[in-house]
Amino acid sequence: MPDVTKTVPEAAAEDAAVAAAGGALPEPSKPEKTRSLWGDAWQDLRRSWIFLVSAALILLLLTITFFPGWFTGANPTSGDLAKHFLQKPKLGNFFSADWLGYDQQGRSVYARVIYGARASIAVGFGTTVAVTVVGGLVGMIAGYFGGIVDSILSRLTDVFFGIPFLLGTMVFLTSFQNRTTWVVIGALSFFGWTQIARVMRGAVITTKQADYVHAAKALGASTPRIMFRHILPNTLAPVIVVATISLGIYISAEATLSYLGLGLNGVSWGNDISDGGNQIRVAQWIMLYPSIMLIVTVLAFIMLGEAVRNALDPKMR
Amino acid sequence: MGRYVARRLLQMIPVFIGTTLLIFLMVYALPGDPVRGLFGDKGGSPQVIAQLRHQYGLDQPILVQYWHYMKNMILHGDFGTQIASGRPVTDVLGDAFPVTLRLAGLSFLIEMVFGIALGIVAGLRAGRVTDNAILLFTLLLISVPVFVLGYILKVIFAFDLNWLPPNVNDPTNYNEMLMPAIVLATASLAYVTRLTRTSIAENLRADYIRTAIAKGLPKRRVVGVHLMRNSLIPVVTYLGTDIGALMGGAVVTEGLFNIQGIGGTIYQSIVRREGTTLVGLVTILVLVYLLANLLVDLLYAVLDPRIRYA
Repeated sequence: MPDVTKTVPEAAAEDAAVAAAGGALPEPSKPEKTRSLWGDAWQDLRRSWIFLVSAALILLLLTITFFPGWFTGANPTSGDLAKHFLQKPKLGNFFSADWLGYDQQGRSVYARVIYGARASIAVGFGTTVAVTVVGGLVGMIAGYFGGIVDSILSRLTDVFFGIPFLLGTMVFLTSFQNRTTWVVIGALSFFGWTQIARVMRGAVITTKQADYVHAAKALGASTPRIMFRHILPNTLAPVIVVATISLGIYISAEATLSYLGLGLNGVSWGNDISDGGNQIRVAQWIMLYPSIMLIVTVLAFIMLGEAVRNALDPKMR
Repeated sequence: MGRYVARRLLQMIPVFIGTTLLIFLMVYALPGDPVRGLFGDKGGSPQVIAQLRHQYGLDQPILVQYWHYMKNMILHGDFGTQIASGRPVTDVLGDAFPVTLRLAGLSFLIEMVFGIALGIVAGLRAGRVTDNAILLFTLLLISVPVFVLGYILKVIFAFDLNWLPPNVNDPTNYNEMLMPAIVLATASLAYVTRLTRTSIAENLRADYIRTAIAKGLPKRRVVGVHLMRNSLIPVVTYLGTDIGALMGGAVVTEGLFNIQGIGGTIYQSIVRREGTTLVGLVTILVLVYLLANLLVDLLYAVLDPRIRYA
């Protein structure tokens, strides 16, 4: 996160969640308006330039992630010391291997920027999915059952929340020599799920008092059915908002961990920025281009979260 | 009020135990051995190693170690010994703490002054161009990772313009501390701005503001007294919890600018597998965090008379 150790993502998401919490309530249906919350939100989104810009950027990033070969023919890991970094970038040669120059090992910075997207996107999406599933389940169970179950789960959430995020993931990752994508996702999720759990718990507590939930209970619906068919749809809005914003934050966290030398082994923007930092006075392009890609990627997801929040928050209408 | 504080303090106990236990287990699950690390490549004689392990209590089961550690900490205020240097952790902390406090204090000042100012400007012009520009600016600030921002500022202000020194050699020199403080403050600054803006924009529509304007009060008084007092409550809450976050959050910033504070010490103890130092420092950070949260909740009642804790 920007500075990941801080509760910054938490603050962002909480801010968002508070705003979106209104969206979680069952909407009173007005006779002239038959569109659902989601229909309304979609109408809003289609007209929002923030959404259009961020969606376009994210589509481009996903294309780069899945088809890096479409963008560059160069190999990101083969270095040629003859093309050492003292050979300056040839900014005129669009999309060729020497476009953005070479790094210390003579590897093409452009190829590394393109292939580095995979690590960021994989960690970002993987962590968000894991965190949403785990946090969502914990929050749902705590909020629905209340009482002693809630007390225990809430204290457990507090425990994980109390450990500074970056410090926790750093200690976790030190235990692994071979840090694959899965290990990094595991570390980030291990300390990241508390956010969603808290938001989910709050949303479930407000939703479970709704009349239609009592009606479902009276009709003899089973507990899982009430939880997932009746309560879940009305708690999704704030969770989706928090999840979208934190996706960007996790990408930033992955890069920060890589920068500290505790991230992924392999091609990653964070690793390249860290390497480039040592050459900052002679070859600024080594860290400049991965930094630009990283900032644009994080910005795209945070803007998407912002747009989704504006669309789902009835107060904004 | 007294009962509320007592209940909150009691609730803190399981969280405190859980957090320290979690960090303790994680630290001692790490591969590597700090005692072996003392001897370098040749290694010491097994007897000496065993004796040292015994001296530091590392030969006991982990839960026993945890029990002894907590007992010493609570009864004697003893946070253990840094194995590499043989110094008590409290000593190490005493060196690092003032440095981090200075950095965090400066950052706090920056985020408070600029965050609130930008938030007020945006909130009073909600929906207009200025507001949108400020919101976009805050999104950008949130998106730039700390280490990238640090490098960018270094290149611009230290190498190209020569306005500020690139690294910190003397933490009492505020000229040197300015850049790291700005870097540490940016993300929080963005949140303070957004929080202030939302709060101001919402309260502008409140009845009491309309009444104040209808009474014919000058605009300065309406905004400065009526609006501020009510709008800044959530901001103060956020700022309160952020103090703890700023202190623990300086790992990257301190490394980037060569500041020997808590963040730097924590990073070194992670890399050197120094369990005791790490557990001690994190424990203190957790305590700061828990107490800051409690204080903020109490402050909330002072600021907003409608809130009463029975």
